Amino acid sequence: MEKRIIARGLLAGALAGLLAFLFARVFAETFIDKAIAYESGRDAAQAALDKAAGLATDSDGPDIFSRTVQANLGIGVGMIGFGAAMGALFSVAYLLCLGRVGRVQPKPLALLVAGAGFAGFYGVPFLKYPANPPSIGHADTIRARGLLYLAMVACSLAFLFAAVWTGRRLAPRFGNWNATLLAALGYAAAIGVVMAVLPAVGELSANVRAFGHHATETPLPLTDAKGTIVYPGFPADVLFSFRLYSLAAQALLWGTLGLAFGPLAERVLRPVMRANTEESGAPGAVPAAV
Amino acid sequence: MSTMPVSAAPVSPVSAPTPLVVSAAKAKLWLGGTMLFGLLAYYFVGVDQGAFSVFGGDMHLHEFVHDARHLLGFPCH
Repeated sequence: MEKRIIARGLLAGALAGLLAFLFARVFAETFIDKAIAYESGRDAAQAALDKAAGLATDSDGPDIFSRTVQANLGIGVGMIGFGAAMGALFSVAYLLCLGRVGRVQPKPLALLVAGAGFAGFYGVPFLKYPANPPSIGHADTIRARGLLYLAMVACSLAFLFAAVWTGRRLAPRFGNWNATLLAALGYAAAIGVVMAVLPAVGELSANVRAFGHHATETPLPLTDAKGTIVYPGFPADVLFSFRLYSLAAQALLWGTLGLAFGPLAERVLRPVMRANTEESGAPGAVPAAV
Repeated sequence: MSTMPVSAAPVSPVSAPTPLVVSAAKAKLWLGGTMLFGLLAYYFVGVDQGAFSVFGGDMHLHEFVHDARHLLGFPCH
């Protein structure tokens, strides 16, 4: 049975990734292109400034993949790969939750696990370190930023697990509703502490040295030696749209995963549940199909 | 009180069944293997050739899934 559930998780995950890819290709690539156009323009302006000041200009190496490959094939492989990865982890979480989180039926449980995956892997980390389009992010801080992001993901997932575990322990004493609220409160408090403790990206020492104190790495206007703005800061509307579509793509991915997996899993689980019930001789112990 | 025929439908909350429990010990090979696959795929789509790199300075993977990394929320160069 585990194998069949896992296979369905992978299938639903890959399908979810495919839909997220189509969504991204149609709606989000526009803003990725705008961000890259901004970056190219800014690099050209910077090069002109450096040249005027008599500094050596460093040129980028040749692109490994063309924009066409990145924006059509690469993003597709990336999104479907991510979807399959999430489908795999989702199916493990689902199998572990089955029968251990109260009387939740197969389909609602799929939606709950998907919601937890969305929040744990993306939503909560996004609150502290939101998705950024190309041209935001300094190359020399990638290691620190990567570690900070992974720390946020690891903490939000670990605390989610702890909240579910604690909620189950509290349920007999406080009832399901209050136990769930208490566990949610505990989660919010714990992740809030982590968010307060972890540094803002702009406050990393390399950034403070080069740019002074800022909250993020979002490019500010480029100025010449006299302080005149020669190239604008990163366009706010592009940043907002990119983040909105990033959020929408993840919501679509997890929503599809939960909705596609639920009925598939139920068809596997229902006969097993029925057989178990008859074996244990408790007719009616399993509620009718939802 | 006369004994009425009890229908099977309403079950008292106390006897709420755990629909089905998968023993983590029995299924550990499949659960562990699936988790490993999921984490590896997550790592290679989102993280490798960024904060860490198992391929040294090579950037092919990073550049190939570049757009997906940005959109999925991973920090990217």
